[in-house]
Amino acid sequence: MLTPATETEASDIIRAHAEIRTPIHIRGGGTRAGFGNLVNAAATLSSSGLTGITAYNPAEMVMTARAGTPVAEIEAALAANGQGMAFEPMDHRAVMGTTGTPTIGGLFAVNSSGPRRFTAGAARDHLLGIRFVNGTGELVKAGGRVMKNVTGLDLVKLLAGSYGTLGFLTEVTFKVLPTPKTTATILISGLEDETAVRAMAAAMSMSVEVSGAAHLPESVRGRFLGSTLPEGPVTVLRLEGLAASVAVRADKLEAAMTGFGPVTRLGADESEVLWREIRDVAPYADSTDRPLWRVSMAPSRGHELVAGLRLRAGVDAFYDWQGGLIWMRMEADPEADILRHGIRSLGGGHATLLRANPEIRTATPAFEPQSRPVALLSERIRGKLDPHGIFNPGLMTSGVSR
Amino acid sequence: MTEAIAFLPPRADVLARRAEILADLRELVPPGRLVEENNALVPFETDGFIAYRRRPLAVVLPETTAQVAAVMKYCHRYGIPVVPRGAGTSLSGGAIPQEDAVVLGLSAMTRILDVDYANRTATVQAGVTNLAISDAVGSDGFFYAPDPSSQLACTIGGNIGMNSGGAHCLKYGVTTNNLLGVKLVLVDGTVVDLGGQHLDSEGYDLLGLVCGSEGQLGIVTEATVRLLAKPEGARPVLFGFESAEAAGSCVADVIGAGIIPVAIEFMDKPAIQICEAFAKAGYPLDVEALLIVEVEGSEAEMDAMLASIVAIAKTHGVKTVRECQSATEAALIWKGRKSAFGATGRIADYICMDGTVPLSQLADVLKKTAEIVDRYGLRVANVFHAGDGNMHPLILYNINDPQDAAKAEAAGMEILKLCVDAGGCLTGEHGVGIEKRDLMRHQFSDIDLAQQMAVRSAFDEGWILNPSKVFPLEGRG
Ligand SMILES: Cc1cc2nc3c(=O)[nH]c(=O)nc-3n(C[C@H](O)[C@H](O)[C@H](O)COP(=O)(O)OP(=O)(O)OC[C@H]3O[C@@H](n4cnc5c(N)ncnc54)[C@H](O)[C@@H]3O)c2cc1C
Repeated sequence: MLTPATETEASDIIRAHAEIRTPIHIRGGGTRAGFGNLVNAAATLSSSGLTGITAYNPAEMVMTARAGTPVAEIEAALAANGQGMAFEPMDHRAVMGTTGTPTIGGLFAVNSSGPRRFTAGAARDHLLGIRFVNGTGELVKAGGRVMKNVTGLDLVKLLAGSYGTLGFLTEVTFKVLPTPKTTATILISGLEDETAVRAMAAAMSMSVEVSGAAHLPESVRGRFLGSTLPEGPVTVLRLEGLAASVAVRADKLEAAMTGFGPVTRLGADESEVLWREIRDVAPYADSTDRPLWRVSMAPSRGHELVAGLRLRAGVDAFYDWQGGLIWMRMEADPEADILRHGIRSLGGGHATLLRANPEIRTATPAFEPQSRPVALLSERIRGKLDPHGIFNPGLMTSGVSR
Repeated sequence: MTEAIAFLPPRADVLARRAEILADLRELVPPGRLVEENNALVPFETDGFIAYRRRPLAVVLPETTAQVAAVMKYCHRYGIPVVPRGAGTSLSGGAIPQEDAVVLGLSAMTRILDVDYANRTATVQAGVTNLAISDAVGSDGFFYAPDPSSQLACTIGGNIGMNSGGAHCLKYGVTTNNLLGVKLVLVDGTVVDLGGQHLDSEGYDLLGLVCGSEGQLGIVTEATVRLLAKPEGARPVLFGFESAEAAGSCVADVIGAGIIPVAIEFMDKPAIQICEAFAKAGYPLDVEALLIVEVEGSEAEMDAMLASIVAIAKTHGVKTVRECQSATEAALIWKGRKSAFGATGRIADYICMDGTVPLSQLADVLKKTAEIVDRYGLRVANVFHAGDGNMHPLILYNINDPQDAAKAEAAGMEILKLCVDAGGCLTGEHGVGIEKRDLMRHQFSDIDLAQQMAVRSAFDEGWILNPSKVFPLEGRG
């Protein structure tokens, strides 16, 4: 394991590997180990020597940290100032069966966002600036530390979610926001998937600012909140903010939702646990390696995909992001072809294979195949950042779909 | 008029073939969609950055993606530069053509293709104006959040080109945060769809890269944007302070207290006077700085938030506090702010700068801005989005006096450098265009810039898309 302690050391290591065309596996805390297509690399380059918060001014809502800084350290520093990362990054450890210390660089490298993503934006929306080493060993900076910046091409967005295939992040600057003062959750019981999706859409068209909308079918209900949720499928809607406004909004939302089914309410403590469990995909943190997919589609179409799949495969699923994010666990085979065909025929989106046994992982592209021109463009872009293809080779390659 | 900023020399071979090129283009678009007469070309010579103008080779105004693709394929084949254009309201010269370029105008593509309330998205052609989207969904209780002051005229394609923001982006974000997908015509005429109605496109974030790319990577012909439910109510409050410092630290304390208003707008004394004279908004004339802070929500929520904000303002010795009692009053407060550019234009010519600075540097940068402009013997009025440190110094000058114009330009460049040196950047929303192109090296190292240019080349190897813009003319590849 190569563990540079400075950016210069990182540059030197990478340049040396580029010169002899030797692939490198980039690693943060390794909590997502086993994710993506298998990488064949002789060397591992770790960010764990690059740690520490380098700048934080709460009044500016901006923090800068070295890439290897543990997320826990970041969250503690933010919490001390009543702030947090509004995109609610998920903790993959339970569901991936990994241990280790998630790092802030890894978080942005995978663009990890949770339930609030559909209103607050993704990790990439909060990333303002980066420093990274490209595939020839050059140290590059992009973006800055201000909220608004349109100076040149937005390489920050490009690197966010690139899984270490375009550059080795050494430092990230991101936007932070005040944490909501309190939280409440409205539960609607007994809705079939389709009705639930309509109920969530109705809630989202109200002015109450719902910041979480998930549907937990009967098959997963018992895996949340220690099995204390009411009988049957539950649709959950989250409200956040100042105590007085949450109370007023909750009344309004409850009144509007009674038309769909019986409504109950969770207070702040239970809400927080529930949404953390939704974020971290608690039902499928089942210590198995049964294939787990993460699917993103238009919110109104997700349940159609699941219904169609159920006729042909053993699948269990629940919905976040108003129905647009589907966590799907397969009973046996990954069913990649049926799944991806289904997504295309329902207006598009993408499926990512998060977890599976090694055999399946070798045989199944983890990322959604792309159209030929987009795949070519992506390859050309990678060629500009990592011309010798030394970073995580193969990890994101998924072939061509149409 | 000054000519401090160079354009690439027009390609003689392209100029020589003009008649032939026009004949070919005529075949590619329906009758009336090719503009070739000299007089008809005049409106396309410049954009909102009127100090520079160039007559384009021709202008095409296609009606469909297929026509855009055909034009791109043709121009790519013959190496003819193409300048994409929406409404031409760019303030950095992003849509100014060059003599050997075909302007590809999207202004005829104005159809709203789909409004989907269940998914809260709208899919529109690139020439639809920003305001038209909100207008189309407003009566159903929805809106499109980014609200540039030019929203009546500017197109969604141009907004994507510039990643435009507006007064309310403190809470709702800028274009990139509200964009879900685009149909993009690549330089060789290939049409690709990036994103869609779902979140986070697969693979690399090409959508994020295209947004704000100033017509360097491809032509946007359609966009899918996020719609939001309108808030129950909105209320602005006006605060007058004795100093810019007091106003600045008030902003910092409001945010530090965990309150995120939807908008925090700042005006200095000259701006207050100019806007008041025009809009009669009832702005106080005896203060040095004015803040407009807007909050949203139910009546009870707004009351609670405003009470906290007013309390904070008092700790900074606020002189005037005006809470709106009616919608008319609220509209009047915003009218003053929104007419700032127009009102300034009535009293003098001006250039509008657009730098950003970290909030902690605001007061200091304002002071130094005044010193710079003073040194050139000019005047400045400042209006800007204070919540996110996006400054807009309006430098007043006389456009008919070449010396004055040169001074204004030079002062502007010094101010932008000042922003960068304070930890900010050259542009927060108006883009680099030609205006700030030669300052890029002040913000970025050669390596940083070369990396951006290399990524650009992955899209357009021959650099035919809007070639005189954004990147310094030397060192491209
Ligand atoms: C009075 C006034 C107030 C303004 N206020 C604001 C403000 O508050 N916030 C703000 O952000 N801006 C503001 N602007 C600047 C300007 O309105 C924005 O930059 C706007 O987004 C430009 O839109 P447009 O349609 O006029 O684009 P144009 O000016 O025609 O083009 C802008 C850029 O985008 C490219 N482009 C245009 N269409 C496409 C397309 N379909 N595909 C690819 N590239 C394309 C062009 O090549 C050019 O680089 C203001 C301008 C004026 C005149």
